[in-house]
Amino acid sequence: MAVRVQTGDFDVGAEIAQLRAGDTGVGAVAAFVGTVRDVNDASQVSGLTLEHYAGMTEAALEAIVDEARRRFDIRDALVVHRVGPLAPGDQIVLVVVTSAHRGTAFDACEFVMDYLKTRAPFWKKERRPDGERWVDARASDDEAAQRW
Amino acid sequence: MRDSVATLVTIRLVYLARLRDAFGSAGEPLALPTHEPPTVAHVIDALRARGGAFAAELAPGRAVRFAVNHRLAALGQAIENGDEVAILPPVTGG
Repeated sequence: MAVRVQTGDFDVGAEIAQLRAGDTGVGAVAAFVGTVRDVNDASQVSGLTLEHYAGMTEAALEAIVDEARRRFDIRDALVVHRVGPLAPGDQIVLVVVTSAHRGTAFDACEFVMDYLKTRAPFWKKERRPDGERWVDARASDDEAAQRW
Repeated sequence: MRDSVATLVTIRLVYLARLRDAFGSAGEPLALPTHEPPTVAHVIDALRARGGAFAAELAPGRAVRFAVNHRLAALGQAIENGDEVAILPPVTGG
Protein backbone atom coordinates (compact mmCIF):
# COMPACT_ATOMS: atom_id res chain seq x y z
CA MET A 1 0.00 0.00 0.00
CA ALA A 2 1.33 3.40 -0.89
CA VAL A 3 0.15 6.97 -1.30
CA ARG A 4 2.20 9.76 -2.82
CA VAL A 5 1.73 13.49 -3.35
CA GLN A 6 4.09 14.96 -5.92
CA THR A 7 4.54 17.82 -8.37
CA GLY A 8 5.97 15.65 -11.14
CA ASP A 9 4.13 13.43 -13.61
CA PHE A 10 3.69 9.68 -13.16
CA ASP A 11 4.08 6.70 -15.54
CA VAL A 12 0.90 4.62 -15.32
CA GLY A 13 2.46 1.49 -16.80
CA ALA A 14 5.47 1.60 -14.49
CA GLU A 15 3.29 2.24 -11.44
CA ILE A 16 1.01 -0.72 -12.26
CA ALA A 17 3.96 -3.00 -12.95
CA GLN A 18 5.57 -2.09 -9.64
CA LEU A 19 2.36 -2.52 -7.66
CA ARG A 20 1.70 -6.07 -8.86
CA ALA A 21 5.34 -7.18 -9.12
CA GLY A 22 5.92 -10.48 -7.31
CA ASP A 23 2.25 -11.08 -6.47
CA THR A 24 0.97 -13.85 -8.74
CA GLY A 25 -2.21 -14.05 -6.65
CA VAL A 26 -3.36 -10.94 -8.52
CA GLY A 27 -5.92 -11.72 -11.20
CA ALA A 28 -7.27 -8.22 -11.75
CA VAL A 29 -5.84 -4.72 -11.88
CA ALA A 30 -8.16 -1.70 -12.03
CA ALA A 31 -6.72 1.76 -12.60
CA PHE A 32 -8.23 5.24 -12.78
CA VAL A 33 -6.44 8.29 -14.17
CA GLY A 34 -7.92 11.77 -13.72
CA THR A 35 -6.76 14.42 -16.21
CA VAL A 36 -7.10 18.19 -16.66
CA ARG A 37 -9.92 19.26 -18.98
CA ASP A 38 -9.74 22.44 -21.04
CA VAL A 39 -13.34 23.37 -20.28
CA ASN A 40 -15.45 23.52 -17.10
CA ASP A 41 -18.95 24.94 -16.57
CA ALA A 42 -18.95 26.11 -20.21
CA SER A 43 -15.80 28.21 -19.71
CA GLN A 44 -12.41 27.72 -21.32
CA VAL A 45 -9.76 26.56 -18.85
CA SER A 46 -6.11 27.21 -19.75
CA GLY A 47 -4.81 25.28 -16.75
CA LEU A 48 -5.17 24.80 -13.05
CA THR A 49 -3.20 24.81 -9.84
CA LEU A 50 -3.65 22.01 -7.31
CA GLU A 51 -3.21 23.06 -3.70
CA HIS A 52 -3.17 20.67 -0.74
CA TYR A 53 -2.86 20.76 3.03
CA ALA A 54 0.69 19.52 3.54
CA GLY A 55 0.88 17.35 6.62
CA MET A 56 -2.71 16.15 6.38
CA THR A 57 -2.90 14.98 2.78
CA GLU A 58 -0.90 11.77 3.01
CA ALA A 59 -2.66 10.72 6.22
CA ALA A 60 -6.06 11.39 4.63
CA LEU A 61 -5.18 9.29 1.57
CA GLU A 62 -3.84 6.48 3.76
CA ALA A 63 -7.07 6.50 5.77
CA ILE A 64 -9.06 6.14 2.53
CA VAL A 65 -6.93 3.20 1.36
CA ASP A 66 -7.23 1.60 4.81
CA GLU A 67 -11.00 1.91 4.57
CA ALA A 68 -10.93 0.29 1.11
CA ARG A 69 -8.95 -2.60 2.57
CA ARG A 70 -11.56 -3.08 5.29
CA ARG A 71 -14.44 -3.08 2.82
CA PHE A 72 -12.97 -5.00 -0.12
CA ASP A 73 -10.83 -8.10 -0.49
CA ILE A 74 -7.99 -6.38 -2.32
CA ARG A 75 -4.34 -7.38 -2.66
CA ASP A 76 -2.83 -3.90 -2.81
CA ALA A 77 -3.59 -0.29 -3.69
CA LEU A 78 -1.76 2.82 -4.83
CA VAL A 79 -2.78 6.49 -4.92
CA VAL A 80 -0.62 9.14 -6.60
CA HIS A 81 -1.91 12.74 -6.65
CA ARG A 82 -0.14 15.69 -8.23
CA VAL A 83 -0.01 19.23 -6.84
CA GLY A 84 1.12 22.53 -8.32
CA PRO A 85 0.47 24.04 -11.76
CA LEU A 86 -1.00 21.72 -14.42
CA ALA A 87 -2.00 22.18 -18.06
CA PRO A 88 -4.96 20.75 -20.02
CA GLY A 89 -4.28 17.10 -20.80
CA ASP A 90 -1.97 16.63 -17.81
CA GLN A 91 -2.49 13.71 -15.49
CA ILE A 92 -3.76 14.71 -12.01
CA VAL A 93 -4.42 11.53 -10.08
CA LEU A 94 -3.81 7.79 -10.34
CA VAL A 95 -5.57 5.07 -8.36
CA VAL A 96 -4.57 1.45 -8.88
CA VAL A 97 -6.11 -1.53 -7.09
CA THR A 98 -5.07 -5.17 -7.42
CA SER A 99 -7.24 -8.10 -6.39
CA ALA A 100 -7.99 -11.70 -7.28
CA HIS A 101 -11.11 -10.84 -9.31
CA ARG A 102 -12.26 -7.88 -11.39
CA GLY A 103 -15.44 -7.00 -9.52
CA THR A 104 -13.52 -6.25 -6.35
CA ALA A 105 -10.86 -4.29 -8.21
CA PHE A 106 -13.43 -2.13 -10.04
CA ASP A 107 -15.45 -1.47 -6.88
CA ALA A 108 -12.47 -0.66 -4.67
CA CYS A 109 -10.95 1.65 -7.29
CA GLU A 110 -14.21 3.57 -7.61
CA PHE A 111 -14.63 3.69 -3.83
CA VAL A 112 -11.15 5.19 -3.37
CA MET A 113 -11.84 7.86 -6.00
CA ASP A 114 -15.27 8.72 -4.57
CA TYR A 115 -13.81 9.12 -1.08
CA LEU A 116 -10.79 11.04 -2.37
CA LYS A 117 -13.09 13.54 -4.11
CA THR A 118 -14.87 14.35 -0.86
CA ARG A 119 -12.30 13.74 1.93
CA ALA A 120 -8.76 14.39 0.73
CA PRO A 121 -7.61 17.99 1.26
CA PHE A 122 -6.94 19.08 -2.33
CA TRP A 123 -8.28 22.22 -4.00
CA LYS A 124 -8.26 23.20 -7.68
CA LYS A 125 -7.86 26.78 -8.87
CA GLU A 126 -8.66 27.24 -12.57
CA ARG A 127 -7.10 29.72 -14.95
CA ARG A 128 -9.86 31.14 -17.16
CA PRO A 129 -10.00 33.97 -19.71
CA ASP A 130 -11.52 36.24 -17.02
CA GLY A 131 -9.01 35.34 -14.32
CA GLU A 132 -8.35 32.69 -11.69
CA ARG A 133 -11.17 30.98 -9.84
CA TRP A 134 -11.38 28.34 -7.11
CA VAL A 135 -13.38 25.36 -8.34
CA ASP A 136 -16.66 24.77 -6.51
CA ALA A 137 -17.33 21.37 -4.97
CA ARG A 138 -20.03 19.35 -6.72
CA ALA A 139 -23.05 17.92 -4.95
CA SER A 140 -22.78 14.89 -7.27
CA ASP A 141 -19.42 14.06 -5.66
CA ASP A 142 -21.04 13.93 -2.21
CA GLU A 143 -23.80 11.71 -3.60
CA ALA A 144 -21.24 9.40 -5.19
CA ALA A 145 -19.39 8.99 -1.89
CA GLN A 146 -22.58 8.40 0.07
CA ARG A 147 -23.63 5.32 -1.87
CA TRP A 148 -20.81 3.20 -0.42
CA MET B 1 -15.29 25.06 41.67
CA ARG B 2 -11.82 23.79 41.03
CA ASP B 3 -10.72 26.73 38.97
CA SER B 4 -12.61 29.95 38.39
CA VAL B 5 -9.69 31.78 36.80
CA ALA B 6 -9.65 32.00 33.04
CA THR B 7 -6.79 30.12 31.41
CA LEU B 8 -5.34 30.88 28.02
CA VAL B 9 -5.25 28.31 25.23
CA THR B 10 -3.17 29.31 22.23
CA ILE B 11 -3.63 27.49 18.93
CA ARG B 12 -2.32 27.84 15.39
CA LEU B 13 -4.99 28.53 12.80
CA VAL B 14 -4.49 27.45 9.18
CA TYR B 15 -6.65 28.87 6.36
CA LEU B 16 -6.63 26.95 3.10
CA ALA B 17 -7.40 27.63 -0.56
CA ARG B 18 -10.41 29.91 -1.07
CA LEU B 19 -10.55 30.76 2.64
CA ARG B 20 -6.92 31.88 2.63
CA ASP B 21 -7.80 34.32 -0.16
CA ALA B 22 -10.99 35.46 1.58
CA PHE B 23 -9.23 36.08 4.91
CA GLY B 24 -6.08 37.50 3.31
CA SER B 25 -3.95 35.22 5.47
CA ALA B 26 -2.57 31.67 5.46
CA GLY B 27 -3.02 31.43 9.19
CA GLU B 28 -2.34 33.02 12.56
CA PRO B 29 -1.96 32.24 16.23
CA LEU B 30 -5.13 32.64 18.30
CA ALA B 31 -5.37 32.91 22.07
CA LEU B 32 -8.65 31.85 23.66
CA PRO B 33 -9.37 32.92 27.23
CA THR B 34 -11.51 30.17 28.62
CA HIS B 35 -13.00 28.78 31.81
CA GLU B 36 -13.46 25.33 30.38
CA PRO B 37 -11.77 23.14 27.77
CA PRO B 38 -12.45 24.94 24.48
CA THR B 39 -13.77 23.21 21.37
CA VAL B 40 -13.55 23.88 17.65
CA ALA B 41 -16.89 25.67 18.03
CA HIS B 42 -15.34 28.22 20.42
CA VAL B 43 -12.67 28.97 17.84
CA ILE B 44 -15.25 29.50 15.11
CA ASP B 45 -17.33 31.74 17.40
CA ALA B 46 -14.28 33.87 18.13
CA LEU B 47 -13.55 34.24 14.41
CA ARG B 48 -17.18 35.01 13.50
CA ALA B 49 -17.20 37.78 16.11
CA ARG B 50 -14.64 39.65 14.01
CA GLY B 51 -17.31 40.25 11.35
CA GLY B 52 -16.38 40.87 7.71
CA ALA B 53 -15.10 37.95 5.69
CA PHE B 54 -14.80 35.77 8.81
CA ALA B 55 -18.47 36.17 9.68
CA ALA B 56 -19.52 35.66 6.06
CA GLU B 57 -17.39 32.61 5.29
CA LEU B 58 -18.01 30.92 8.65
CA ALA B 59 -21.72 31.69 8.88
CA PRO B 60 -23.87 28.77 10.06
CA GLY B 61 -24.69 26.48 7.16
CA ARG B 62 -21.59 27.29 5.15
CA ALA B 63 -19.88 24.15 3.92
CA VAL B 64 -16.57 24.31 5.74
CA ARG B 65 -14.80 21.48 7.54
CA PHE B 66 -12.26 21.50 10.30
CA ALA B 67 -9.11 19.56 11.04
CA VAL B 68 -7.34 19.42 14.40
CA ASN B 69 -3.71 18.34 14.13
CA HIS B 70 -4.32 17.12 10.55
CA ARG B 71 -7.40 15.01 11.34
CA LEU B 72 -10.93 15.95 10.33
CA ALA B 73 -12.77 17.12 13.43
CA ALA B 74 -16.33 17.92 14.46
CA LEU B 75 -17.35 21.26 16.00
CA GLY B 76 -17.55 19.62 19.41
CA GLN B 77 -13.98 18.36 19.44
CA ALA B 78 -11.90 19.70 22.32
CA ILE B 79 -8.70 21.56 21.53
CA GLU B 80 -5.57 21.94 23.58
CA ASN B 81 -2.74 24.38 23.85
CA GLY B 82 -0.51 24.21 20.77
CA ASP B 83 -3.03 22.45 18.51
CA GLU B 84 -3.13 23.21 14.80
CA VAL B 85 -6.71 23.97 13.78
CA ALA B 86 -7.33 24.18 10.04
CA ILE B 87 -10.42 25.50 8.30
CA LEU B 88 -11.05 23.73 5.00
CA PRO B 89 -13.37 24.75 2.19
CA PRO B 90 -15.09 21.85 0.38
CA VAL B 91 -12.36 19.79 -1.29
CA THR B 92 -12.06 19.59 -5.08
CA GLY B 93 -9.18 17.23 -5.82
CA GLY B 94 -9.07 14.18 -8.03
